[in-house]
Amino acid sequence: MTALRGLRKARWAKYVLPVTAVVAAALLPFFRPPLDGFLDDCILALIFVAMALGLNLIVGFAGLLDLGYVAFYAFGATAVGWWASNHFGGFNGDGLHIGVSSFTESQPGIHVNFLLLLIGAILICALAGAIIGLPTLRLRGDYIAIVTLAFGEIVGRFMQNGDEVTVFNDYALSNGRESIAPVDQIDLPFLDQFDSALNLRPYYWTMLGIVLVVLFVNLRVRDSRLGRAWVALREDEVAAASMGVPLVKTKLTAYAVGGAIGGLAGCFYGAYLGSVNANQFQFGFSILILAMVILGGLGSIWGVVLGAIALTFVNYRLIPDVLDQGAVNDLKNDLGLSFTFSEVAFGIFGFVLVLMMVMRPQGLLPERRRQIELTEGTEESVFEARI
Amino acid sequence: MLEFISKYGLIALLLALPVYYGIQDLSDDGNLTRLGDNLVDGLSNGAIWALVALGYTLVYGIIELINFAHGEIFMLGAFTSFAMWGALGLTESTGAGGLIVGLLVSLVVAMFVSASINVMIERVAYRPLRSAPKLAPLITAVGFSFILQNVGILWYGASQRAVPDLIESQRELFNIAGISISRGDVLAIAATIPLVLLLTAFIGGSRLGKAMRATAQDPEAARLMGINVDTTISLTFLLGGLLAGAAGLINTLYQTSVWFFQGFTAGLIAFTAAVMGGIGNLRGAVLGGFIIGCIQQISDNRIGNEWTPAVIFAYLVLIMTFRPQGLIGEETREAG
Repeated sequence: MTALRGLRKARWAKYVLPVTAVVAAALLPFFRPPLDGFLDDCILALIFVAMALGLNLIVGFAGLLDLGYVAFYAFGATAVGWWASNHFGGFNGDGLHIGVSSFTESQPGIHVNFLLLLIGAILICALAGAIIGLPTLRLRGDYIAIVTLAFGEIVGRFMQNGDEVTVFNDYALSNGRESIAPVDQIDLPFLDQFDSALNLRPYYWTMLGIVLVVLFVNLRVRDSRLGRAWVALREDEVAAASMGVPLVKTKLTAYAVGGAIGGLAGCFYGAYLGSVNANQFQFGFSILILAMVILGGLGSIWGVVLGAIALTFVNYRLIPDVLDQGAVNDLKNDLGLSFTFSEVAFGIFGFVLVLMMVMRPQGLLPERRRQIELTEGTEESVFEARI
Repeated sequence: MLEFISKYGLIALLLALPVYYGIQDLSDDGNLTRLGDNLVDGLSNGAIWALVALGYTLVYGIIELINFAHGEIFMLGAFTSFAMWGALGLTESTGAGGLIVGLLVSLVVAMFVSASINVMIERVAYRPLRSAPKLAPLITAVGFSFILQNVGILWYGASQRAVPDLIESQRELFNIAGISISRGDVLAIAATIPLVLLLTAFIGGSRLGKAMRATAQDPEAARLMGINVDTTISLTFLLGGLLAGAAGLINTLYQTSVWFFQGFTAGLIAFTAAVMGGIGNLRGAVLGGFIIGCIQQISDNRIGNEWTPAVIFAYLVLIMTFRPQGLIGEETREAG
């Protein structure tokens, strides 16, 4: 026992679990065939982990409820749709190619290397985040939620009706309800071109790398001056301002950093799906991500990772492959019920939101500070404490 | 000075669309018939939005919560009315007497169903969170909105359903200077005005209404004065639900279709109406409803209805950002 306690006190002890998890995650593809449904779900889970971590920065750390997070997915994916497909066919004669493979060189339209796209998506989404954040500066709480929701819907509408809008002389903003497809496969320097039709492993490792970077940013920022300013803002805006926290700068960086992470994940998501489908840019997408954050625990980095993995598997494996097939489906048909669980998936996520907020608002793996705030910070208990 | 700019700026913003298309009509056709048609349709549509907006404004006024699920309460009212017509056997060929009795029965049932669901949601999802941070009940409200939408999918499927056109809502009743006024327009306005008058009389005149106003002003003080705050809040949700149910029935008669997603769109339009009039302000909500109805019709007819949500949301962002207290509202706590 003493030996165990000594081990737990060691400086490196806190790294054991994360390092094991990362190594296990990195080795996972070797235990699965290269083209595998489970690996596909894992890649989706990683994408949603990154998105949920981005939203967690805005909602969990800074306490700004953003109901329009889908806008950043839309921007990130559209960056891929515009600059890595034949969407702008005829542009510049044979097209414009920057750092792409010889096969892609022969395609018309604009084709830019994936790494440059990621950087572009990050910059665009950071800017978009700050712009969306601007009108909410004067507002508090629920009005922020509605304004961000409105922006998310406006962006979605523009993409869905984008075939009616022309940009740069003759080109449509998007393909409207039709997807922009096909989108170039990812092509990283020093590696062979990826091919999602043959081998999912490179995609998995790329996204795992992105998630690790996002996690690192989250962990470092949480304990930085900026992260502590966000938490101060979340807990009491007036007190934070009077302690010298610059409100405008702090709020806008929360939107910008959170948005940039969403754009990064959205950019990869678009490239991985091989198409940019404007029908996905819906309010429901924002709510799915929000449900992941709430399930895991607002402000809790490891909780959000867990919540995102859990809900991705519920959405992409449990519902379509388990509940809508086999024994459960037979039972449902025997009972005379004709619906499928896929149809009502968003009802299930709504239920997760309600259940968590009422039963366990601190989430599955709560952040310690948040838990104290939720259980003791209410007005009544402060009042009682004074008596 | 700033107050002047923000108030008249909002009015100018609201007049922008009608004035622009009015001038276009005058130069194209030489008269304003098309704009007039838009405005008549807009006012009757707006009457329905006014009823829904009242529900938002009542709830916000009393517990400062954006009842996100309110649009879905409206949708369930519409679904209930459609189900009632099926149950009562109302069709286009039903005689006038049977139709009136049947519609009144459906109205009562739809109002009752919507109101009880609204009260139930408050009891289950908002009351336990009343002392929690303010965003918690908003998140449960969003959650309930999704749950109810999916109840709608389970009930009538995921696609739009056509409903029998019981009152021939498109038939022209009379015509003023080329502007046609249909039965649906008259029905929507004729059904809305008494309901709004009843509501304002109840809140302004009755004992329970007085309790509601007191609770809205200061829940703690109201409790000390012997008002049962929980019951009063339930009553507010009941009233909002009743109006939403009625709006659901009128909308079904008027649009002759039901769809699980109609609540989301209606909710957003009605919420914009409530904010436009000044949230918490009953007269403001009705005024906002009529204005937003006109904007929506003009946008549907001229810009294309696939763009209408974007237009409404743009108005919402502009109003919330530059004049969060709305047209005639008082300064809310949100305006900070």
